[in-house]
Amino acid sequence: MSRIGVFVCHCGENISRTVDVEQVAKAAGEIPGVAFACDYKYMCSDPGQSLLKKAVAEHKLDGVLVAACSPRMHEKTFRKATESAGLNPYLCEMANIREHCSWVHEDRAMATAKAKDIVKLMVERVRKGKSLAPITVPVTKRALVIGGGIAGIQAALDIADAGHQVVLVERDPSIGGHMAQLSETFPTLDCSQCIMTPKMVDVANHPNITLYTYSEIEKVEGYIGNFQVTVKHKARSVDESKCTGCGICMTKCPKKKIPNEFDQGHGMRPAIYVPFPQAVPNTPVIDRENCTMFQSGKCGVCAKVCGPGAVDYQQKDRLSVEDVGAIVVATGFKLYTIDRKPEGSPIQGYGEFGYGTIPDIIDGMTFERLASASGPTGGKILRPSDGKEPKQVVFIQCVGSRAREKGISYCSKVCCMYTAKHTMLYHHKVHDGQAYVFFMDARTPGKGYDEFWRRAVEEEEAVYIRGMVSRMYQRGGKIVVMGSDIQVGVQVEIEADLVVLATAVQPQDGADLLAQKLGISYDKYNFYSEAHAKLKPVECATAGIYLAGACQGPKDIPDTVSQASAAAAKVMTLFAKDQMERDPVVAKVNEKYCVGCFACKKVCAYGAIEEKEIRDRQGNLVKKVAYVNPGVCGGCGTCQATCPSKSIELDGYTDEQIMAMIEAL
Amino acid sequence: MHAAATQHEFEPKIVAFVCTWCTYAGADLAGTSRMQYPPNVRVLKFPCTGRIDPVFILRAFQKGADGVLVSGCHPGDCHYMAGNFHARRRFAAFRALLDFVGVDLNRLQFSWVSAAEGGKWVEVVTELTERVRSMGPMPEFKELEHEEQWSGAINTPELKEAYDSIG
Repeated sequence: MSRIGVFVCHCGENISRTVDVEQVAKAAGEIPGVAFACDYKYMCSDPGQSLLKKAVAEHKLDGVLVAACSPRMHEKTFRKATESAGLNPYLCEMANIREHCSWVHEDRAMATAKAKDIVKLMVERVRKGKSLAPITVPVTKRALVIGGGIAGIQAALDIADAGHQVVLVERDPSIGGHMAQLSETFPTLDCSQCIMTPKMVDVANHPNITLYTYSEIEKVEGYIGNFQVTVKHKARSVDESKCTGCGICMTKCPKKKIPNEFDQGHGMRPAIYVPFPQAVPNTPVIDRENCTMFQSGKCGVCAKVCGPGAVDYQQKDRLSVEDVGAIVVATGFKLYTIDRKPEGSPIQGYGEFGYGTIPDIIDGMTFERLASASGPTGGKILRPSDGKEPKQVVFIQCVGSRAREKGISYCSKVCCMYTAKHTMLYHHKVHDGQAYVFFMDARTPGKGYDEFWRRAVEEEEAVYIRGMVSRMYQRGGKIVVMGSDIQVGVQVEIEADLVVLATAVQPQDGADLLAQKLGISYDKYNFYSEAHAKLKPVECATAGIYLAGACQGPKDIPDTVSQASAAAAKVMTLFAKDQMERDPVVAKVNEKYCVGCFACKKVCAYGAIEEKEIRDRQGNLVKKVAYVNPGVCGGCGTCQATCPSKSIELDGYTDEQIMAMIEAL
Repeated sequence: MHAAATQHEFEPKIVAFVCTWCTYAGADLAGTSRMQYPPNVRVLKFPCTGRIDPVFILRAFQKGADGVLVSGCHPGDCHYMAGNFHARRRFAAFRALLDFVGVDLNRLQFSWVSAAEGGKWVEVVTELTERVRSMGPMPEFKELEHEEQWSGAINTPELKEAYDSIG
């Protein structure tokens, strides 16, 4: 007969408000094999845990069930407490009567009945549970950082400075990301490139960092401490080991009128190019779709002028496999484009805003490039259509963001501040110009942020109009902006020379595909999900993978850098040990019953199942059976459901345990 | 939203077999978001839908379930890379078999609910509960339980002999 202890938690009032916890404890006490049952206000608190430990000793318990919140919340806490009470931690389970019961039902009688049922099922699970010993696996002290924006750069530098090897993979030809595109940064108005480019150079020169630009993640295998990541190195058509970065190929390339992505299509670049002059690495790539040599087979100028002979038209995409112990995902954001509704997207466009059809309606990032000293206009604010200096500029905030009916309900967080910055930059460069801002709310939580915003309004003469814009159209050389001022309660019409839209921040294209390769979860917008919104903001639910920057949600630079350093700290914590313990939920083979059909081997996604020979004392082969390598097994249990002879079993989820739970239904 | 005060004549017993990474987390999210759904469902957690043996479903029906839900990660999102694909294939075949045996397939639901889809979890559970409620109790397999007195243990002399001959 088992001696199980059941501890029912009130969770303050979170559980006890809808579930009669005393009744649940009483009912649990009547289940055969339950030696002790009680309820307590906060089981996770120090006195709660002491209560558990005391009961284990006093009542000689051989199993523990805590009926409280989700095991995703406190399973570790209670398993630790159980362990310190002298029991195997895996003899402790949790019955989820908060997230799955008290919070989702109102009827007290029915919720209490459900809670009793949940406890009854879980008692059976505890009863059939087995002691498990943690498995130790070696940790590869080498990290992979995906994304070379400020988040990836900061994480890579922090980990590398701690003395560990880092592989930094960037999709574009250069690292730098969006921060390299910005002109000045709020709230200090210091030049973005001035603070960004030294860090980029640090990455390139760091002895512990291996930089792969123009590369993407192809495949991810393995688990925490032991990932094998396949990286695809896209063909640059330029040999990085030979190129000196002199740039003569770019000056001689006959095809020079290709819109430059870095300048949001407002500057021009040749077909062989570096995205911007401070690019790291300073090795050009050939844009094969626009290169005459690749399109018609004639030209070859760049190869002829290249002294070291670095241009290689025959180069092909190449794969490499990197062994790493931890992964930091820092893939960043893109700006919502609203010129047309993307195919199959639930997000609706803003046809009424004319973006993409009227050239002088631009987005915030384009304004950054116009204001940047290294931009297509050399830092002069000139409108794209005729190159004239705009005298009236209208800024519109919350375009896409906070528009539930359009498909994006979240706040993009950075737009209030960068629009205020834009009005200042504009005022500094065009003294007789006037900036108008249409806004819903000004959200300025951050150190020095509200002061900055007030400066834009009070000292830099930006006119803030609370209200939204309904329509814009061209009249003469002007854009007529029709909107409302809800504070005064009037319709407003402004003849603008330039309109700047603060469009929503969205995750990068392909964020969902990368998440699928990594096995991490993402929300309905494709932002990556952290393991816990408050207490695990940088970890993924998948062990060994960490998040940094705007790929997890809209963020400004200080927040991004903080999160990147936090992710790096998590990686360093993991790397502080040579061996790590992992959950012993792995499959085991009963060699007596296994007939060696290897159906399990066929379904195992991890390749954890090997063929093992059983020999007698004379060395004659008796039979071949399956063997599970516990270090490689992921613990999904697909093999067990597949095994025709039921001779493979997943620890922690045995048939016996599950059947016992079903019996108790 | 589920009207808590409504009293029904028949409260169906719904059993949900879910994976821990997507649907269990989705159900947690429904809780943290304080969404409301009928209290008829009992959740059994598995590491992956790939671990779910069709026998569990049969046994659940036998043990009093009026409806069964199996739910895991969306195709392509499996934490274990491919477990849900194996589950999908297995249950496609299993559904056909149940249909052949004469089980009303409206009692058995397969769905994908991700960790971010608390709302979908509520929808799926509410829909299945109400559908099964309108169908009434499922007597077939339960009667079977009374006739067949199998203890669930594999210790009959015949089985023992068979196993010994293998070993």
